[in-house]
Amino acid sequence: MCLAIPGKVVEIYEENGLRMGRIDYGGVVNKACLEYVPEIEIGQYTIVHAGFAISILDEEEALKSFEAWQEMASAARAAGIPLGAEDPGPGDPAA
Amino acid sequence: MKYLEEFRDPEVARLYLEQLQAAVTRPWKIMEVCGGQTHAIMQYGIQELIPDKLTLLHGPGCPVCVTPLEQIDKAIAIAGQPDVIFTTFGDMLRVPGSEKDLFSVKADGGDVRVVYSPLDAVRIATDNPDKEVVFFAVGFETTAPANAMAVKQAAALGLANFSQIVAQVLVPPALEAILTAPGNQVQGFLAAGHVCTVMGYHEYEPIAARYKVPIVVTGFEPLDILEGILLVVRQLEAGRHEVENQYRRSVRRTGNEPAQDMIKAVYRVVPRQWRGIGEIPRSGLGLQAAYTAYDAEVKFQLGSIRTREPEVCISGEVLQGWKKPTDCPAFGKECTPDTPLGATMVSNEGTCAAYYRYMDPS
Repeated sequence: MCLAIPGKVVEIYEENGLRMGRIDYGGVVNKACLEYVPEIEIGQYTIVHAGFAISILDEEEALKSFEAWQEMASAARAAGIPLGAEDPGPGDPAA
Repeated sequence: MKYLEEFRDPEVARLYLEQLQAAVTRPWKIMEVCGGQTHAIMQYGIQELIPDKLTLLHGPGCPVCVTPLEQIDKAIAIAGQPDVIFTTFGDMLRVPGSEKDLFSVKADGGDVRVVYSPLDAVRIATDNPDKEVVFFAVGFETTAPANAMAVKQAAALGLANFSQIVAQVLVPPALEAILTAPGNQVQGFLAAGHVCTVMGYHEYEPIAARYKVPIVVTGFEPLDILEGILLVVRQLEAGRHEVENQYRRSVRRTGNEPAQDMIKAVYRVVPRQWRGIGEIPRSGLGLQAAYTAYDAEVKFQLGSIRTREPEVCISGEVLQGWKKPTDCPAFGKECTPDTPLGATMVSNEGTCAAYYRYMDPS
């Protein structure tokens, strides 16, 4: 019900007067209602709760975080800080 | 951008841990509100990785766990009636009522069906006009838009055989209840990223100001959680108490307005009992007067229900962050995910279940 991971919209259609979409989670495809994300387009990522998409993930914001981390990592390397010695855990996309 | 592995990079995690180490000068207690975050914290061993001076307290953010026992017992009573199809999200099936759970109603021949979306429950009502279809509307602000849409759809289709037991709960009043409780230890919050995706975070600004606690809206991946903790710690160390948004890729300050409009159209704010905690004013949602016809508690007059909690279970204290699951004498002995005594051991998002699943047995 509540552990939402991002999924990609691969199809948009209508059912009983509601805007619906097919959402791909790395190969597993589920349907979701898109009424609360009226601007969403095929190819964008969303978070689904209880069968409803609740947001359009903002790629620009995600890239900003990502770039900041890349900078952090290269600054650390330049300063000679050892990295990557410890894995924080298995990446379990099903969790 | 896949939004997953990018947020699980162990190199970056180590950098955050170093920054935390450098930032922390005093002991601090930070509560993550959301059960999904509790689960991730246990899964990735985040409590063990962060500096010893930091303690993570686990909050009441598991809607399955806080659904009041009286409503669970009502659900069980309704689900056992002939001519009823009872529909629910899967995590409610094994939540213990006073005597049994929904799963045992199903085992005894009751028509109990797990749905993925509340719209599935509406479809079942359309397909079964000779049955009463009841949906158990549980959850925080994340499921409220979905459950509200189901009522709206049932009304649009003119269905007279669809109703809900509404057990929706709201996060901000629960934070206030925690902060005003005697002996409160919480000094900062990680707010739940998906609740804020729906509601925005303006509701948290007066709470941060009034109680002088930093609140950081946080996502669910390991790097989100580490960054959220770092932002809270930096505020605590600097004596600041603001609302910050770590989870900018999903959360905007005003949230998802169409979803909020639907919640307001169908539900109204009501007082709500929280299992293990007690009544919190203005902390729940019930149906608006215009939708009373869809209220299963009105439709099925059950009278007063006598509830009974197991005496040994300390889930109420666990839900408020006062105790850890390991403080419970029943934890891992008579209480396991297979034989749960309390809701916190049933749900994927329950703190006891997360501890049981990821704890080193030594």
